[in-house]
Order: sequence, then structure tokens, then C-alpha cells
Amino acid sequence: MPTGRLAVWWLIASEIVIFGGVLGAYLMHRLGHPEWANQSMHTSTWKGALNTFILLTSSLSAVLAHNAASRGDGKRAAKLLWATIGGGAAFLVVKSFEWTAEIKAGYTISSNTFWSFYYTAAGIHGLHVIAGMIVMMFVAADAAKGKELQRVENAGLYWHFVDLVWIFLFPLLYIAK
Amino acid sequence: MSDTAHAPAAPGSHAVAHASHPDSFYVKIWGVLLVLLVVSVVGPELGIRVVTLFTAFGIAVVKAYLVIKNFMHLGVEKKYVAYLLLTMLALMVVMVGGVGPDVLRHQGTNWDNVAAKKAVEAGLKAGGGHGEHGADHGAPAPGAASPGEAH
Amino acid sequence: MSTAAHADHGHDHAHAHHEPGFVEKYLWSTDHKMIAMQYLFTGMAMALVGGFTVYAFRMQLAFPGMSVPGYGRVTATDYNALVTTHGSVMIFWVAMPVLIAALGNYLIPLMIGCDDMVFPRLNRLSYQLFLISAIILVASFYVPGGAFGGAWTSYPPLSAKAEYSLTGLGSSMWLFAVALEFAAFLLGGINFVTTVMNSRAPGMKMFDVPIVVWMIIIASILFMASVGPLIAGAIMLMFDQQLGTGFFDPAKGGDPVLWQHLFWFFGHPEVYVVLLPAMGIVAEIITVFSRKKLFAYKTVLYTAIGTGVLSFFVWAHHQFIAGIDPRMANVFSVTTLLISIPVAEMVFVYIGTLYGGSIRLTTPMLWALAFIAEFLLGGVTGIFLGASGADIYFHDTYFVVAHFHYTFFPIAFIGSFAAITYWFPKMFGKMMNETWGKVHFWGTIIPFNFIFIPLFLLGIRGDHRRIYDYRHFPDLMKAGMQDLRILATISLLVLLAFQVVFLVNFFVSLFRGPKAPMNPWNANTLEWQAPSPPPHGNFPQGLPNVYRGPYEYSHPDRKDDYWPQTEPASEPAKT
Repeated sequence: MPTGRLAVWWLIASEIVIFGGVLGAYLMHRLGHPEWANQSMHTSTWKGALNTFILLTSSLSAVLAHNAASRGDGKRAAKLLWATIGGGAAFLVVKSFEWTAEIKAGYTISSNTFWSFYYTAAGIHGLHVIAGMIVMMFVAADAAKGKELQRVENAGLYWHFVDLVWIFLFPLLYIAK
Repeated sequence: MSDTAHAPAAPGSHAVAHASHPDSFYVKIWGVLLVLLVVSVVGPELGIRVVTLFTAFGIAVVKAYLVIKNFMHLGVEKKYVAYLLLTMLALMVVMVGGVGPDVLRHQGTNWDNVAAKKAVEAGLKAGGGHGEHGADHGAPAPGAASPGEAH
Repeated sequence: MSTAAHADHGHDHAHAHHEPGFVEKYLWSTDHKMIAMQYLFTGMAMALVGGFTVYAFRMQLAFPGMSVPGYGRVTATDYNALVTTHGSVMIFWVAMPVLIAALGNYLIPLMIGCDDMVFPRLNRLSYQLFLISAIILVASFYVPGGAFGGAWTSYPPLSAKAEYSLTGLGSSMWLFAVALEFAAFLLGGINFVTTVMNSRAPGMKMFDVPIVVWMIIIASILFMASVGPLIAGAIMLMFDQQLGTGFFDPAKGGDPVLWQHLFWFFGHPEVYVVLLPAMGIVAEIITVFSRKKLFAYKTVLYTAIGTGVLSFFVWAHHQFIAGIDPRMANVFSVTTLLISIPVAEMVFVYIGTLYGGSIRLTTPMLWALAFIAEFLLGGVTGIFLGASGADIYFHDTYFVVAHFHYTFFPIAFIGSFAAITYWFPKMFGKMMNETWGKVHFWGTIIPFNFIFIPLFLLGIRGDHRRIYDYRHFPDLMKAGMQDLRILATISLLVLLAFQVVFLVNFFVSLFRGPKAPMNPWNANTLEWQAPSPPPHGNFPQGLPNVYRGPYEYSHPDRKDDYWPQTEPASEPAKT
């Protein structure tokens, strides 16, 4: 296996346990605290769903970029990567509106342990979104020149992982009321 | 490293010929994912607990499977990658299994998590009240898992 | 993927062979050997910090209230900060960087026969993060409130609230330093694993990889798999400290036991993260100096893997008195006792290797043998603590401290000294002085036992371990207990004094030592086929091919009692 992809798989493996730690802790607390339902009902399901939609779509463009790169089409790969980065940016914009509304309504990180978990889990995930966007910017710049095309797949793998985490965060934080 | 990196333990280790699908294939998968997303949002609206759990978490697992298999190409990846990821997940199950009895339960054979119980009570009483601060009930309970010692 | 699959490696050197300047050569290098040296010297410097802190607080324990020469009076807050820093530094900034980062970086490319790590720049970043973390930790001594004093395990609510710990900034700096250090080792670990998977020399099969490389890889994977929850927990604890969340605060509906679980879910595998590389070092040394093939290579390997797996099922034995579910305590007692089996098995395998060998008692060999003997004592006393019934009595006594040090001192120091004395000729191209090496050996081993056997005795008599001034506890001052404390402290002073011998020997040999040949110990592994010290790129005569396993000593068909891995089989054996 190419070294870069191998390293990304190991990176993902080590990220699984990081998110596993915070989500496992959340899950145990959540099951032990039925009263958190009164808090979680104030999360915005439609904003969460919109963000899920955005991330799923950006995952699509990431895999299409990989497809283009494996055909040797660096220009198209770069364009699709920029679309993915745009998806990440849209995700963060939705997130910022969402958090602003919640903080204004009095649900801050320290108001209740549910909200602490809500902001912490989504915040760690958000940092990964930002990190993925930065990585993809470098990869896209290279890919546009036809260089280091194998990195398109590696960046994509990481992005899919970020998407996967959100797939689980969405029901945990938004749907389970 | 390419000139020397032929680990003989991994023959043909480079470039498994994956990602051979046309773009339309990925668009189809994306379509399926969106349908699942809609189901997972609508399902809980019915208000039936079993349906909620199934649509929320069952579908999340299905979605994850679709992404891993089709977007990350785990199906055609080397087998050990799948085992590696599954091992990590299994470790998290071990962790939750070992920690759960202490954190999830508020009463045990000879202990009583007074603070957590109070939090549950107060939270349930307050109902869906706005901005209910969980901070102000009761002193830290002495019985509540006193910070122990360690090596 | 197919178009560019081969271009995927971060080599940013190897072109343009200009002479690098000082900064480029020593501080900004991507060469794995230089990064290893940076880790080694940073680790040694941090060992001095750890040694100084233990000197100060042991003096306070033996001679309470005295003005410690070189430190001054140790106040109660100072005492907490010193103990905490000693623990954190010795584990995270000495054992980990020296055993895993320094030796891993140095040995992996040389022993698997490649020119560098697969991601040299990632490697440099890893060291830089580590260095920053070390600086932050040391700097925390100088902020208002002083360094964190909540023990290296950092249990909340003590660590979570500034009004309890009295070190608002210090505790956050400690936490940040630890988290940054974890990030550094995660990067390093990914680098190690991918390098060994993809860059082995042609012909090097799975069972031709030297045990020490295997051990470092297994340790890196263990680290990667266990540290995640603690990183998550560290973020949560940081929020508790700085943002007023209540993840671990019972007053806010949180749970302090959760932190203990997250910490020890990492903390116990961590023991094996540092133990396994030390075991690997010992395996290399005893085979070379008993001129025998490693007894049961595959058994060692599978045992190490089994130990690693089992180490994920034992963590709560650190929490028997924390109020965990007693049924879980039963489970964890059983798993803890089970894990002594594979470790004992490795010790037996090593003894089996020694049996009938032609043993040469060089300095590295002495260290390796001492490792086996002393670690055995640490392991055996662990049985008492693994059984939850006995542990409830022993847990808060010096028995735990002594047990812990009987395992970690052999790992972190005996193991490191063995490695340094063994690979010194390769690392620096000079031979170390054997006589002074042996003086240092005996001057370390004898006082070591005189420090910790008294602590075992104190522990059995119920000597509580978190006390700053025993004069306030008449029950703990009876019948010679203070004498044992004084004996331990004086032995510590002797031990510390003998480290000067090591440092002098190290630096004098480094600059004035006799030139080392390529293979001074007549060893088989690949690093001894490179010049001493290896130049940039490691193998100027071309990257080696591998023909056999690493431990072919005293092969009956050969005149030489060693058979380097690189020697082609077709070449007629010298008869």
C-alpha cells in the first residue's frame, strides 16, 4: 500500500479512539441522565440535518475528486476539492449561526453537562473540519498543477472520516430527544 | 523510498486497482445517503421510541457503512485496514463496558452517587424550562465516588 | 491512484548535497539520527529536572523542615508540585522520549535497512512539538501559583478547580503540555509503523525484524490505541478548568470517576508502551553477549502482542479504592493477575537464552541482566496490588510507590542505560569507557535497592504516601520508620551522585573516547553494517539486502560465532 494512504489509515485509527473517548463518555452520561432530554430538545434538528446534507455532499465531491485524480485529471480533481472545501466552509457557517442562536438563548458550554458535551464534541469535530479544509487547500493547489495526485485520495479519506463522525454525532446530539 | 520499499511480506502492495467506478455510481450512493438522511429525520417525528432508535442509530450505521464501503473503498482495501479499524471500535466498546457500571449507574452495591441522582431529579422536575442551569443543586456529595488514589 | 502511487513520500532531502549549517544540521534536521539525538538529549536534560525534584522532596521527607541545599525550604505547596513534576517528567518526558522516540528514531531505519523514516518532516514536527511541551512544563514552575500539584494522574475535582488545586494556570499548563506531548508521539508512532511496514530492506521478512523494532512498533500501536480517550478527557478537563464546565465535577452533575477511567484506560497500556521497548533492548543485548540465538523468537513476539492486547483489560486495578463497582473489581483482579503470565514468560525466555551461552559481562550486558532481575521484583510485588483485597490495604502506602519504581526504574533507567551503553559506539563513533561504565552500574543498582526496599517495608507497615511532614503523624513515626525514610533518602543521594560518573563518562567518551569500529560487539543486526556513526543516508555502500534472521549466533556450520543478516547465503561459510 502506498505509504501516504497507509499513514492516513493509521491516523484515522488513532482518531477513532479520540472520538470514541468523548462519544463514549457522552453516551454513558446520556443514558444515566434521562433529564438531558429536556435540554436536547432545544437543539435544532433541521440545522443539524442541513449540515449532514452539506457534509454528505462534500464527501461526494471528495470521492469524485479522487476519481478524477486516478484518471490523471488534476484540474478537475482540484476543482472538486475546492468544492469540498466550500462544503466545509458552508458547514462551519451553518454551525456558527446555530451556536450563536443557542448561546443567545442561554445554552452555553457551562450551563449544563449536556451542553458541555454538545459544544465539546461538535467543537472537536469542527476542528477536524477546519484541519481537513487546510490540508485540502494544499492538496488542491498541487493537484491543479498535476502534482502529487495520490494525495487527493488521502485527503479524501480523511474527509470521509470527518463525515463519518458527523453521521454519528447527528443522531446522538440532535435526533435523540 | 520507492526504490527500496519492497517489503516482501506485502507482495503487490501498491495501488490496488480500486476506484474503478464511473462518477454516476458515486452520485447514486449519494442519492441513497440523502434518502436515508430524510428517513432518519422523519422517523423520530412519529414519536415511537423503537422507531426513533432504529431510524436514528440504525440508519447512522447504514450510512456509515455506505460511506466506508463506497467512498473510502474499504471493500477493496487490504484486509488488515478493516481489522485495524474494527479493533479500535472494539476497544471503545471495552472502554464503555468497563466504565459504564460506574458512570452510567448512580447506585451500586455499596455506593450511592448522590450528586448524579440529585441532578437527575432536579433536571426532571425543571422539565423543559429554558436555560435551566444544572449547576446549583446541592453540595458535592461525599458518597459520590470520592476521588481515589493511584499509583 | 495508479498514476502517481510511487511518488508518495516526503523526502525533502537527498538532493543538493551542500554542507548544512549548524542550525540545519543540529536543530532543523530531518535526519532520523539527528532527531533521535535531539530526543535523547532532551530526555537526559529532563531526567536532570526529574532527579532534582526527587532530591528536593525526598530531603523534606527524611529531614522535615530543613533548608534543602540548592532548593531552600520545601513548603507544602512546593512539595505537591515537586512530586507531581517528578512523576510526570520521568514518565512522559524521560521514559517515553528516550525509550520510544530516541531509540525508535535511531534504530528503526538502521535496523530495517533504509535511509530514513518515510515522513522525515513529520518526524521533525514531532520533536518540535515535544520540545515545546517540555518547555511549557518547565515554565509552569514560574507562573503565579507555581507548577501543578495534583499528582501525575491529575484526578479531578482537585485538578479541575483552581480553588482546590491553588494552581489555576499551572494545572492548565501541565495539561496542555501533556496533550501536546501525546500529539507529538502520535505523529511519531504513525511514522514508525508506516516506516516498518513499507521500508524494510529487501529480503527482510516479518520474522527477520529484530525484536526491539517489533517491540517499539507494538508499543507505538498500543499508545495510538489507548491515548485517544485521554486526549478527549484532557480537552474536557481543560474546559472544566478554564470554561467552568462540569464534566468531572459532581456538583454540576459530572463524574470524577470518569476521568480516572479515561486516564487509566491509557495509563495502564502506557506501562507496556514503555516496558516493551526496554524488553526489546534487553533481547538484543543478551543475544549478542551470550552469543546465542534468541530462545523462541516467535514466542517472544506473540507474547508481546498478547501482553499488549491484555493490557487493555486491566486498567481499573488502579481504581480499586475509588469506589468502582465491586463486581468490576473482581474482573479486573483476574485480568491483572493474568497479565503477569506473559510478562513472566518473556523473562523465562530471556533466561533460556542466557542458559549455556558464553556470557561476556560488558557494561550493556550488566544492565540487561540487572533489568531482568530488578523488573522481576517489580512484577512479583505487583501481584499483591493486582488482587483487589490486598490492594485496598496497600494502595495508599509506600508499597505502591516501591512497586511502581521497581518496574519503572528498570524500564526507564536500566533499560535506557543498557541501550545507551550498547549503541553508543554506533551513535557517536566512539567507545565508552568500560571501567567507569561498571562503576556507574554498581553505583546505581546498589543504592536503587536501598531506596526502594525500605519503602516496601514502610508500606507494609502502613506508611501513607501522600504526607508532607510525618512529624504530624506520630503513628507513622514509631519504631524506626523515620530511619527507613532517611536510609532511602541517603541511598537516593548516593544514586544521584553516581549519575555524575555516567555523565562524565558519556561526554568524555563522546569527545575523547577511542574510535569505535563498525561492529564492535560482533553483532548481526543491520545497524552494525553501517559506518560508526552512520552518515546521512545510513548505508553509503548501498542499502543492504537481508538473508536471515537477526539472532544467528554460534551457528554450528560457521567459524565466526556471528552471521550478519546482510551476508549472502550463497557465499561459502568460512570453515
